[in-house]
Amino acid sequence: MPSAALLKEAERIMVICNACRYCEGYCAVFPAMELRRTFTDRDLKYLANLCHDCRGCYYACQYAPPHEFDLNVPKTLAGLRLETYRDLMRPRALRDLFRRNALAVSLVASLSVTLVVLFTLLLRGSAVFFGVHTGENAFYQVIPYLTMVLPFSALSLFILAGLGMGTASLWREMGGKPNELLGLRANGQALWDVLRLRFLDGGGYGCNYPGERFTMFRRYLHHAVFYGFLLCMASTALAAFYDHFLRLPAPYPFWSWPVVIGAMGGIAVLTGTGGLLYLKRLMDRRPAVPQSLGMDTCFTVLLFLTCLTGLLLLALRETPAMGLLLALHLGLVAGFLITMPYGKFVHAVYRYAALVRNALEQSQN
Amino acid sequence: MDCRTECKADFSHTFDVLVIGGGNAALCAAMTAREAGARVVLLEGAPKDFRGGNSRHTRNLRYLHETGNNHLTGPYLEDEFWDDLMRITGGQTNEPLARLIIRQSANVAEWMKRHGGTFQPSMRGTLHLARTNGFFLGGGKALMNAYYATAHKLGIEILYDAEVQDLEIFDDTFIGGSFVLQGALKKVRAKSVVVASGGFQANLEWLKEYWGDVADNFIIRGTPYNKGRMLRVLLDRGAKPVGDPRQCHAVAIDARAPKYDGGIVTRLDCVPFGIVVNKNARRFYDEGEDFWPKRYAIWGRLVAQQPDQIAYSIIDSKSLDLFMPSVFPPVVSDSIGEMAVKLGLNPAAMEETVGTFNQSIRPGTFDPTALDDCVTEGLEPLKSHWARPLDTPPFYGYPLRPGITFTYLGVTVNERAQVIMQNERPARNIFAAGEIMAGNILGKGYLAGFGMTLGTVFGRIAGREAARHAIGSFTERS
Repeated sequence: MPSAALLKEAERIMVICNACRYCEGYCAVFPAMELRRTFTDRDLKYLANLCHDCRGCYYACQYAPPHEFDLNVPKTLAGLRLETYRDLMRPRALRDLFRRNALAVSLVASLSVTLVVLFTLLLRGSAVFFGVHTGENAFYQVIPYLTMVLPFSALSLFILAGLGMGTASLWREMGGKPNELLGLRANGQALWDVLRLRFLDGGGYGCNYPGERFTMFRRYLHHAVFYGFLLCMASTALAAFYDHFLRLPAPYPFWSWPVVIGAMGGIAVLTGTGGLLYLKRLMDRRPAVPQSLGMDTCFTVLLFLTCLTGLLLLALRETPAMGLLLALHLGLVAGFLITMPYGKFVHAVYRYAALVRNALEQSQN
Repeated sequence: MDCRTECKADFSHTFDVLVIGGGNAALCAAMTAREAGARVVLLEGAPKDFRGGNSRHTRNLRYLHETGNNHLTGPYLEDEFWDDLMRITGGQTNEPLARLIIRQSANVAEWMKRHGGTFQPSMRGTLHLARTNGFFLGGGKALMNAYYATAHKLGIEILYDAEVQDLEIFDDTFIGGSFVLQGALKKVRAKSVVVASGGFQANLEWLKEYWGDVADNFIIRGTPYNKGRMLRVLLDRGAKPVGDPRQCHAVAIDARAPKYDGGIVTRLDCVPFGIVVNKNARRFYDEGEDFWPKRYAIWGRLVAQQPDQIAYSIIDSKSLDLFMPSVFPPVVSDSIGEMAVKLGLNPAAMEETVGTFNQSIRPGTFDPTALDDCVTEGLEPLKSHWARPLDTPPFYGYPLRPGITFTYLGVTVNERAQVIMQNERPARNIFAAGEIMAGNILGKGYLAGFGMTLGTVFGRIAGREAARHAIGSFTERS
């Protein structure tokens, strides 16, 4: 459970906001708030996950600190959101491990990179590791096929299970019935909201990030990460299809679909994460929770490094650096995958669940 | 030059235009004068976090428009605007100035947008003003933030925590002024001055001159920085007053509100759905006379006339969901007697009041959206609509106090925003805009969103005329 103090503070601010309502044009949180007169813990967790942290309501707030009401909506909701993330991490044994999120994620990622590099080096020998490999199956000469496919398939199942269980729990915690989560219309609306990143547009003028000025920067950068990530996934899926069904093993020529799509995705993620990290450095800390800074930064850096090594691998795959880059890249991918259900990535599925709930209740009212 | 953090403005030379105040009217004046080419300095008495005067608590602006647009649902033309103004002021207005404001407000949203303002389409919280009033996205503080950013970009020198103390006026002409900045007294000289520093409603001592100790129980809904210092200085230096000094716009708000700056959330919309008693547990006015938005402004005065300036609105569970949620939780009880105890009132008196009220209700069809036929019979005072017995616990109680929005006393101006002196001559280079001259147009009452209209139109006129006086020409850039 999120701490009682945090829930109480979230309730306090929502009661004040509900008597004011000046911010209702910014996002989905305030119209959802207006459907209620009182706020249960379930409502508050839902509203916290519905908040996209655009911060319009912080700068517009006549009650923001130093006013005696001391209203800080984005910070309070971000704190509560972070606690729901922690709360829903499964298995529970790992939850405490990831409490100090930045430390844990960095450790897991570093360990994963080290292990992959060391094992490859030890098992394949330095001649193979630092050799030049070209042509069909070049990657598998460094890391054999099954060693690559089996662990990653297992990892993917683990992540899907973790995220799925977390989403189902959150859905219950937000007061939803299981069958509602599968409603076609609500999912359609939520998907449309996600694809446009509708609620980072602050009513049409962008979010107040990194500072007071309205700007679309963050929304566009987030789009770059989102669509870039999807392209990378598509490239991986396509490569798997080529490999398994067309019997065309990697590496693929530069002008092939998996490479073009993957390279585009990688560049987009690199730009997006780089830009987001830059903005985070500049950002006004007042509407932010300090505890989430580590989690956010770690996740973004890990994504950045994963794509960077992927692109370098593409550029240098015909040089002796290929073995090392492949091991680095796969180590980072593994680290990213392992930490997915325990870090910032969960916001993607949890916010989606909140948007489905929002679509449902707005259509019912 | 960034004067928002640390000002290096040079006060040894003479500015073209000095703007005193930091709310909507002041910013509109400053931006207009600056765009005309004047060198402008703006002195805001509040610290940066509380800049913007009462404008930071506003939400919308009423303006003339011939067609609806993306944030207004239909046209609002001069005749209707004028009729609305006449109705609420009861004719206590200066017609040429009022008509000037109405006409110059035509499509003023376009000017506001060019200066950073943003509007939102009408939603649930936009009351019944979706056709007549443009709602600022995020409210008045967001608009002020945008204006300050624009003013800064235009090169206006802005100082916070800069409270003007005195004005040097000689032969109806402004020479210079003095202000306190971070504890040090400084001098400023300018060729013309725009005074847009609001009314005196946050000055309890001044209010006491008219209200006596009763004013100690007033709550000030807006900024604590509107002490009326500039108003007093102008009047002392020979400006001709306008508006009834005893009158202020007072509404009934939650008695638990902060003394200052509680803003919109302290309002209570429950009054028409129950009864209101004073500290003797007696009713004193018809709670159901009309819809609340048309009556809330008389209730401030009504409560101010009760002993200890306190009253209590009591409803039962039938009515809890009929009005906007309140910021402070109601006092809850299972019986009327218990409610009286919890509110510190005499239980027997309270039970008698409620009993008599309940028995006097004539059967009717309750309809909160219409002036329904639920009336009391043979009861003094009457409750003329929405009268339903208080018989379904739990009961809910809210304490009420007078909340002061603004004062009516101001300085007289002409259509060029020049301050008129007691000899009826306009001061050559002294201009006023906003709340400090609102009394010219609003002799009494208030029309939702009109304060911002008045501030915007007169702010722009004052900025234009001040620049024209200072630099001898005026070309409005946008």
